Amino acid sequence: MTRKKRRLMVLLLAGLGLGTATALTLTAFQDNIVFFFSPSDVLANRHSADRAFRLGGLVEAGSVERRTGSDGRPAATFRVTDGAQAITVSYSGVLPDLFREGQGVVTLGRLLPDGSFRATEVLARHDETYMPPEVADALRRSGHWNPEQGAAPPAETWNTAPRPREGRSGG
Amino acid sequence: MPVLWASALVVVGAGLAWGLLFSPPDWQQGETVRIMYVHVPMAWLAMGGYTGLAVLSVMSLIWRHPLADLTARELSPVGAAATALCLATGSLWGKPMWGTWWVWDARLTSVLVLFFLWLGHAALVRAFDDPDRGAKAGAILALVGIVNVPIVKFSVDWWNTLHQPASVTRLDSPGMHVDILYPLLTCATGFSLLFGAVVLARTRAAVMERRVRALQLARARREDAPA
Repeated sequence: MTRKKRRLMVLLLAGLGLGTATALTLTAFQDNIVFFFSPSDVLANRHSADRAFRLGGLVEAGSVERRTGSDGRPAATFRVTDGAQAITVSYSGVLPDLFREGQGVVTLGRLLPDGSFRATEVLARHDETYMPPEVADALRRSGHWNPEQGAAPPAETWNTAPRPREGRSGG
Repeated sequence: MPVLWASALVVVGAGLAWGLLFSPPDWQQGETVRIMYVHVPMAWLAMGGYTGLAVLSVMSLIWRHPLADLTARELSPVGAAATALCLATGSLWGKPMWGTWWVWDARLTSVLVLFFLWLGHAALVRAFDDPDRGAKAGAILALVGIVNVPIVKFSVDWWNTLHQPASVTRLDSPGMHVDILYPLLTCATGFSLLFGAVVLARTRAAVMERRVRALQLARARREDAPA
Protein backbone atom coordinates (compact mmCIF):
# COMPACT_ATOMS: atom_id res chain seq x y z
CA MET A 1 0.00 0.00 0.00
CA THR A 2 2.68 2.51 1.00
CA ARG A 3 4.86 1.51 -1.95
CA LYS A 4 1.98 2.17 -4.32
CA LYS A 5 1.36 5.51 -2.68
CA ARG A 6 5.04 6.39 -2.97
CA ARG A 7 5.04 5.49 -6.67
CA LEU A 8 1.94 7.63 -7.16
CA MET A 9 3.62 10.61 -5.43
CA VAL A 10 6.79 10.22 -7.51
CA LEU A 11 4.71 10.10 -10.68
CA LEU A 12 2.69 13.18 -9.69
CA LEU A 13 5.84 15.16 -8.81
CA ALA A 14 7.56 14.15 -12.04
CA GLY A 15 4.45 15.15 -14.00
CA LEU A 16 4.32 18.51 -12.24
CA GLY A 17 8.00 19.17 -13.00
CA LEU A 18 7.68 18.11 -16.61
CA GLY A 19 4.55 20.21 -17.11
CA THR A 20 6.19 23.29 -15.62
CA ALA A 21 9.32 22.81 -17.73
CA THR A 22 7.23 22.47 -20.89
CA ALA A 23 5.14 25.52 -20.08
CA LEU A 24 8.25 27.62 -19.42
CA THR A 25 9.95 26.44 -22.62
CA LEU A 26 6.89 27.15 -24.74
CA THR A 27 6.51 30.61 -23.19
CA ALA A 28 10.17 31.36 -23.87
CA PHE A 29 9.88 30.31 -27.50
CA GLN A 30 6.52 32.05 -28.01
CA ASP A 31 7.85 34.22 -30.86
CA ASN A 32 9.46 31.30 -32.68
CA ILE A 33 6.38 29.09 -32.61
CA VAL A 34 4.00 31.53 -34.31
CA PHE A 35 3.56 30.66 -37.96
CA PHE A 36 2.95 34.23 -39.12
CA PHE A 37 2.90 37.82 -37.86
CA SER A 38 -0.12 40.11 -38.05
CA PRO A 39 0.22 43.57 -39.65
CA SER A 40 0.15 45.13 -36.14
CA ASP A 41 3.08 42.90 -35.03
CA VAL A 42 5.03 43.83 -38.13
CA LEU A 43 4.48 47.59 -37.79
CA ALA A 44 5.28 47.51 -34.07
CA ASN A 45 8.51 45.53 -34.44
CA ARG A 46 10.08 47.09 -37.54
CA HIS A 47 11.14 43.89 -39.26
CA SER A 48 14.37 44.38 -41.19
CA ALA A 49 14.14 44.30 -44.95
CA ASP A 50 16.67 41.51 -45.50
CA ARG A 51 14.84 38.80 -43.57
CA ALA A 52 11.94 36.85 -45.02
CA PHE A 53 8.98 36.25 -42.72
CA ARG A 54 5.29 35.37 -42.95
CA LEU A 55 2.57 37.98 -42.81
CA GLY A 56 -0.98 36.83 -42.15
CA GLY A 57 -4.43 38.36 -41.85
CA LEU A 58 -7.60 38.92 -43.78
CA VAL A 59 -7.68 40.25 -47.35
CA GLU A 60 -9.19 43.72 -47.02
CA ALA A 61 -12.51 44.16 -48.85
CA GLY A 62 -12.17 46.12 -52.08
CA SER A 63 -8.37 46.08 -52.06
CA VAL A 64 -7.62 43.31 -54.58
CA GLU A 65 -6.19 44.41 -57.94
CA ARG A 66 -5.42 41.61 -60.38
CA ARG A 67 -3.30 42.24 -63.46
CA THR A 68 -0.89 40.49 -65.77
CA GLY A 69 2.75 41.00 -64.84
CA SER A 70 5.49 42.04 -67.29
CA ASP A 71 6.50 38.38 -67.66
CA GLY A 72 2.97 37.34 -68.60
CA ARG A 73 2.22 35.68 -65.27
CA PRO A 74 -0.81 36.73 -63.27
CA ALA A 75 -0.02 39.22 -60.53
CA ALA A 76 -2.02 40.86 -57.79
CA THR A 77 -1.78 43.51 -55.13
CA PHE A 78 -4.04 43.48 -52.07
CA ARG A 79 -4.04 44.70 -48.50
CA VAL A 80 -3.74 42.30 -45.56
CA THR A 81 -5.45 43.55 -42.41
CA ASP A 82 -5.97 42.41 -38.83
CA GLY A 83 -8.65 45.00 -38.18
CA ALA A 84 -6.27 47.55 -36.64
CA GLN A 85 -3.50 47.85 -39.23
CA ALA A 86 -3.08 46.90 -42.88
CA ILE A 87 -0.09 46.27 -45.15
CA THR A 88 -0.07 46.32 -48.94
CA VAL A 89 1.11 43.03 -50.44
CA SER A 90 2.23 42.45 -54.02
CA TYR A 91 2.50 38.95 -55.45
CA SER A 92 3.07 37.49 -58.86
CA GLY A 93 1.91 33.95 -59.44
CA VAL A 94 -1.27 31.96 -59.21
CA LEU A 95 -3.36 32.67 -56.12
CA PRO A 96 -4.98 29.71 -54.28
CA ASP A 97 -8.60 28.85 -55.15
CA LEU A 98 -9.89 29.97 -51.77
CA PHE A 99 -8.37 33.45 -52.18
CA ARG A 100 -11.04 36.15 -52.04
CA GLU A 101 -11.77 39.41 -50.25
CA GLY A 102 -12.44 38.76 -46.58
CA GLN A 103 -10.54 35.44 -46.65
CA GLY A 104 -7.60 34.66 -44.37
CA VAL A 105 -4.20 34.43 -46.06
CA VAL A 106 -0.63 33.74 -44.97
CA THR A 107 2.04 35.24 -47.24
CA LEU A 108 5.79 34.61 -47.19
CA GLY A 109 8.10 37.40 -48.32
CA ARG A 110 10.06 40.50 -47.41
CA LEU A 111 9.25 44.06 -46.44
CA LEU A 112 10.22 46.62 -49.10
CA PRO A 113 11.73 50.02 -48.19
CA ASP A 114 8.40 51.74 -49.00
CA GLY A 115 6.64 49.72 -46.26
CA SER A 116 4.83 47.34 -48.59
CA PHE A 117 5.35 43.58 -48.61
CA ARG A 118 6.65 41.57 -51.57
CA ALA A 119 5.30 38.02 -51.28
CA THR A 120 6.83 34.95 -52.91
CA GLU A 121 4.15 32.57 -51.63
CA VAL A 122 0.48 33.02 -50.74
CA LEU A 123 -1.40 30.36 -48.76
CA ALA A 124 -5.13 30.51 -48.06
CA ARG A 125 -6.30 30.12 -44.50
CA HIS A 126 -9.95 29.17 -44.07
CA ASP A 127 -11.89 29.57 -40.86
CA GLU A 128 -13.52 26.90 -38.70
CA THR A 129 -17.09 27.39 -39.93
CA TYR A 130 -18.60 24.78 -42.21
CA MET A 131 -22.00 25.35 -43.78
CA PRO A 132 -23.83 24.13 -46.85
CA PRO A 133 -23.88 26.61 -49.78
CA GLU A 134 -27.65 27.06 -49.46
CA VAL A 135 -27.31 28.24 -45.85
CA ALA A 136 -24.49 30.61 -46.81
CA ASP A 137 -26.66 31.98 -49.65
CA ALA A 138 -29.61 32.44 -47.30
CA LEU A 139 -27.48 34.33 -44.76
CA ARG A 140 -26.12 36.55 -47.53
CA ARG A 141 -29.56 37.24 -49.04
CA SER A 142 -31.06 38.12 -45.67
CA GLY A 143 -28.20 40.56 -45.07
CA HIS A 144 -26.91 38.78 -41.96
CA TRP A 145 -23.48 38.18 -43.41
CA ASN A 146 -21.22 39.45 -46.14
CA PRO A 147 -18.24 37.09 -46.53
CA GLU A 148 -16.13 39.97 -47.85
CA GLN A 149 -16.44 41.75 -44.50
CA GLY A 150 -15.08 38.86 -42.48
CA ALA A 151 -16.18 36.01 -40.25
CA ALA A 152 -19.62 34.41 -40.28
CA PRO A 153 -22.15 35.40 -37.59
CA PRO A 154 -22.22 33.34 -34.35
CA ALA A 155 -22.72 29.68 -35.18
CA GLU A 156 -25.81 29.15 -33.02
CA THR A 157 -27.75 31.54 -35.29
CA TRP A 158 -27.38 29.26 -38.30
CA ASN A 159 -26.04 25.80 -37.47
CA THR A 160 -29.47 24.28 -36.99
CA ALA A 161 -31.16 26.33 -39.72
CA PRO A 162 -33.11 24.16 -42.17
CA ARG A 163 -31.42 23.91 -45.54
CA PRO A 164 -33.48 25.67 -48.26
CA ARG A 165 -34.32 23.20 -50.98
CA GLU A 166 -33.89 25.31 -54.10
CA GLY A 167 -31.13 26.01 -56.56
CA ARG A 168 -27.98 23.95 -56.26
CA SER A 169 -28.79 21.14 -53.88
CA GLY A 170 -26.70 18.46 -55.44
CA GLY A 171 -25.70 16.27 -52.72
CA MET B 1 -16.47 -9.25 -29.68
CA PRO B 2 -18.53 -10.18 -32.75
CA VAL B 3 -21.13 -7.62 -31.60
CA LEU B 4 -18.43 -4.94 -31.33
CA TRP B 5 -17.03 -5.75 -34.78
CA ALA B 6 -20.48 -5.77 -36.37
CA SER B 7 -21.58 -2.50 -34.79
CA ALA B 8 -18.25 -0.86 -35.69
CA LEU B 9 -18.58 -1.87 -39.35
CA VAL B 10 -22.25 -0.84 -39.53
CA VAL B 11 -21.66 2.58 -37.96
CA VAL B 12 -18.51 3.27 -40.05
CA GLY B 13 -20.38 2.24 -43.21
CA ALA B 14 -23.41 4.37 -42.36
CA GLY B 15 -21.27 7.36 -41.34
CA LEU B 16 -19.10 7.24 -44.46
CA ALA B 17 -22.10 6.81 -46.76
CA TRP B 18 -23.86 9.70 -45.05
CA GLY B 19 -20.76 11.89 -45.12
CA LEU B 20 -19.49 11.06 -48.59
CA LEU B 21 -22.78 10.73 -50.50
CA PHE B 22 -25.70 12.35 -48.67
CA SER B 23 -24.27 15.38 -46.87
CA PRO B 24 -24.04 18.84 -48.46
CA PRO B 25 -20.74 20.32 -49.71
CA ASP B 26 -19.24 23.28 -47.87
CA TRP B 27 -19.98 26.78 -49.18
CA GLN B 28 -16.30 27.66 -49.64
CA GLN B 29 -14.44 24.35 -49.71
CA GLY B 30 -16.91 22.52 -51.94
CA GLU B 31 -16.67 18.73 -52.10
CA THR B 32 -13.14 18.72 -50.64
CA VAL B 33 -14.69 19.13 -47.19
CA ARG B 34 -15.57 15.42 -47.24
CA ILE B 35 -11.95 14.56 -46.37
CA MET B 36 -12.97 15.80 -42.91
CA TYR B 37 -15.12 12.70 -42.30
CA VAL B 38 -11.94 10.61 -42.09
CA HIS B 39 -9.41 13.24 -41.01
CA VAL B 40 -11.19 14.52 -37.89
CA PRO B 41 -12.09 11.09 -36.37
CA MET B 42 -8.48 9.97 -36.92
CA ALA B 43 -7.20 13.12 -35.19
CA TRP B 44 -9.54 12.54 -32.23
CA LEU B 45 -8.48 8.89 -32.01
CA ALA B 46 -4.81 9.85 -32.19
CA MET B 47 -5.22 12.15 -29.19
CA GLY B 48 -7.83 10.13 -27.30
CA GLY B 49 -5.90 6.91 -27.86
CA TYR B 50 -2.72 8.51 -26.57
CA THR B 51 -4.56 9.68 -23.45
CA GLY B 52 -5.67 6.06 -23.02
CA LEU B 53 -2.05 4.95 -23.40
CA ALA B 54 -1.04 7.36 -20.64
CA VAL B 55 -3.78 5.98 -18.34
CA LEU B 56 -2.55 2.43 -19.02
CA SER B 57 1.01 3.56 -18.27
CA VAL B 58 -0.04 5.02 -14.92
CA MET B 59 -1.79 1.74 -14.08
CA SER B 60 1.32 -0.13 -15.13
CA LEU B 61 3.76 1.98 -13.11
CA ILE B 62 1.71 2.29 -9.93
CA TRP B 63 -0.28 -0.93 -9.70
CA ARG B 64 2.00 -3.11 -11.90
CA HIS B 65 -1.04 -4.39 -13.72
CA PRO B 66 0.13 -6.97 -16.32
CA LEU B 67 -2.94 -6.49 -18.53
CA ALA B 68 -2.21 -2.75 -18.73
CA ASP B 69 1.28 -3.52 -20.07
CA LEU B 70 -0.11 -5.92 -22.62
CA THR B 71 -2.85 -3.54 -23.79
CA ALA B 72 -0.40 -0.61 -24.05
CA ARG B 73 1.92 -2.78 -26.18
CA GLU B 74 -0.94 -3.69 -28.54
CA LEU B 75 -2.43 -0.17 -28.57
CA SER B 76 0.55 1.81 -29.86
CA PRO B 77 0.78 0.40 -33.44
CA VAL B 78 -2.96 1.06 -33.88
CA GLY B 79 -2.58 4.59 -32.54
CA ALA B 80 0.38 5.17 -34.85
CA ALA B 81 -1.75 4.04 -37.80
CA ALA B 82 -4.57 6.44 -36.86
CA THR B 83 -2.09 9.32 -36.52
CA ALA B 84 -0.50 8.45 -39.86
CA LEU B 85 -3.93 8.48 -41.50
CA CYS B 86 -4.68 11.83 -39.86
CA LEU B 87 -1.44 13.30 -41.25
CA ALA B 88 -1.95 11.80 -44.72
CA THR B 89 -5.56 12.96 -45.10
CA GLY B 90 -4.59 16.36 -43.69
CA SER B 91 -1.88 16.69 -46.30
CA LEU B 92 -4.29 15.70 -49.08
CA TRP B 93 -6.72 18.31 -47.74
CA GLY B 94 -4.09 21.04 -47.32
CA LYS B 95 -2.91 20.98 -50.91
CA PRO B 96 -6.21 21.99 -52.59
CA MET B 97 -7.39 24.32 -49.78
CA TRP B 98 -4.32 26.06 -48.36
CA GLY B 99 -2.10 25.53 -51.39
CA THR B 100 0.53 23.39 -49.66
CA TRP B 101 1.02 19.75 -48.62
CA TRP B 102 2.86 20.62 -45.45
CA VAL B 103 3.92 23.62 -43.36
CA TRP B 104 5.80 23.67 -40.06
CA ASP B 105 3.07 25.39 -38.08
CA ALA B 106 2.43 24.49 -34.42
CA ARG B 107 -0.54 22.16 -35.07
CA LEU B 108 1.03 20.13 -37.88
CA THR B 109 4.40 19.89 -36.14
CA SER B 110 2.90 18.80 -32.80
CA VAL B 111 0.84 16.08 -34.53
CA LEU B 112 4.02 14.86 -36.24
CA VAL B 113 5.65 14.69 -32.79
CA LEU B 114 2.63 12.69 -31.58
CA PHE B 115 3.16 10.25 -34.47
CA PHE B 116 6.82 9.78 -33.49
CA LEU B 117 5.79 9.24 -29.85
CA TRP B 118 3.45 6.43 -30.93
CA LEU B 119 6.16 4.87 -33.10
CA GLY B 120 8.75 5.33 -30.35
CA HIS B 121 6.52 3.61 -27.79
CA ALA B 122 5.78 0.72 -30.15
CA ALA B 123 9.51 0.25 -30.81
CA LEU B 124 10.70 0.74 -27.22
CA VAL B 125 8.40 -1.83 -25.56
CA ARG B 126 9.66 -4.41 -28.06
CA ALA B 127 13.33 -3.49 -27.73
CA PHE B 128 14.07 -5.37 -24.47
CA ASP B 129 14.67 -9.09 -23.96
CA ASP B 130 12.80 -8.79 -20.66
CA PRO B 131 9.22 -7.72 -21.53
CA ASP B 132 8.70 -6.18 -18.08
CA ARG B 133 11.62 -3.78 -18.52
CA GLY B 134 10.33 -2.89 -21.98
CA ALA B 135 6.88 -2.18 -20.57
CA LYS B 136 8.35 0.05 -17.86
CA ALA B 137 10.47 2.06 -20.32
CA GLY B 138 7.47 2.39 -22.64
CA ALA B 139 5.23 3.57 -19.81
CA ILE B 140 7.72 6.28 -18.84
CA LEU B 141 8.02 7.41 -22.49
CA ALA B 142 4.22 7.50 -22.83
CA LEU B 143 3.87 9.63 -19.69
CA VAL B 144 6.58 12.06 -20.79
CA GLY B 145 4.84 12.34 -24.15
CA ILE B 146 1.46 13.20 -22.62
CA VAL B 147 2.56 16.87 -22.37
CA ASN B 148 2.25 16.91 -26.16
CA VAL B 149 -1.50 16.15 -26.12
CA PRO B 150 -2.63 19.54 -24.72
CA ILE B 151 -0.10 21.17 -27.06
CA VAL B 152 -1.76 19.47 -30.05
CA LYS B 153 -5.22 20.43 -28.82
CA PHE B 154 -4.53 24.08 -27.96
CA SER B 155 -1.79 24.86 -30.51
CA VAL B 156 -4.40 26.53 -32.73
CA ASP B 157 -5.50 28.81 -29.88
CA TRP B 158 -2.12 29.62 -28.33
CA TRP B 159 -0.25 30.50 -31.51
CA ASN B 160 -0.90 31.76 -35.03
CA THR B 161 -1.19 28.67 -37.18
CA LEU B 162 -2.21 27.91 -40.73
CA HIS B 163 -4.59 25.27 -39.36
CA GLN B 164 -7.96 26.73 -38.33
CA PRO B 165 -9.22 26.52 -34.71
CA ALA B 166 -11.54 23.77 -33.47
CA SER B 167 -15.06 23.61 -34.94
CA VAL B 168 -16.65 20.95 -32.73
CA THR B 169 -14.64 20.42 -29.52
CA ARG B 170 -14.97 23.93 -28.11
CA LEU B 171 -16.98 25.57 -25.38
CA ASP B 172 -19.57 27.44 -27.47
CA SER B 173 -21.83 25.82 -30.02
CA PRO B 174 -20.19 23.95 -32.94
CA GLY B 175 -19.22 26.18 -35.89
CA MET B 176 -20.64 23.61 -38.22
CA HIS B 177 -24.07 23.13 -39.73
CA VAL B 178 -25.92 20.10 -38.35
CA ASP B 179 -26.11 18.56 -41.83
CA ILE B 180 -22.29 18.34 -41.74
CA LEU B 181 -21.93 17.81 -37.98
CA TYR B 182 -24.16 14.72 -37.61
CA PRO B 183 -22.44 12.59 -40.28
CA LEU B 184 -19.09 13.64 -38.75
CA LEU B 185 -20.18 12.49 -35.28
CA THR B 186 -21.46 9.22 -36.77
CA CYS B 187 -18.10 8.64 -38.48
CA ALA B 188 -16.27 9.48 -35.25
CA THR B 189 -18.39 6.97 -33.29
CA GLY B 190 -17.88 4.30 -35.93
CA PHE B 191 -14.11 4.76 -36.19
CA SER B 192 -13.84 4.76 -32.39
CA LEU B 193 -15.70 1.43 -32.23
CA LEU B 194 -13.44 0.06 -34.94
CA PHE B 195 -10.35 1.30 -33.10
CA GLY B 196 -11.57 -0.35 -29.90
CA ALA B 197 -12.34 -3.59 -31.70
CA VAL B 198 -8.88 -3.77 -33.29
CA VAL B 199 -7.10 -3.04 -30.01
CA LEU B 200 -9.27 -5.57 -28.11
CA ALA B 201 -8.66 -8.26 -30.72
CA ARG B 202 -4.91 -7.63 -30.62
CA THR B 203 -4.87 -7.73 -26.81
CA ARG B 204 -6.87 -10.96 -26.72
CA ALA B 205 -4.47 -12.53 -29.20
CA ALA B 206 -1.53 -11.40 -27.07
CA VAL B 207 -3.11 -12.86 -23.90
CA MET B 208 -3.69 -16.19 -25.66
CA GLU B 209 -0.14 -16.15 -27.02
CA ARG B 210 1.14 -15.75 -23.47
CA ARG B 211 -1.05 -18.56 -22.24
CA VAL B 212 0.19 -20.85 -24.99
CA ARG B 213 3.78 -20.03 -24.16
CA ALA B 214 3.18 -20.69 -20.47
CA LEU B 215 1.56 -24.06 -21.27
CA GLN B 216 4.42 -25.02 -23.57
CA LEU B 217 6.92 -24.07 -20.90
CA ALA B 218 5.06 -26.12 -18.31
CA ARG B 219 4.97 -29.15 -20.62
CA ALA B 220 8.66 -28.85 -21.41
CA ARG B 221 9.39 -28.83 -17.69
CA ARG B 222 7.19 -31.88 -17.10
CA GLU B 223 8.97 -33.81 -19.84
CA ASP B 224 12.35 -32.81 -18.46
CA ALA B 225 11.55 -33.78 -14.90
CA PRO B 226 11.64 -37.64 -14.99
CA ALA B 227 14.90 -37.76 -16.93
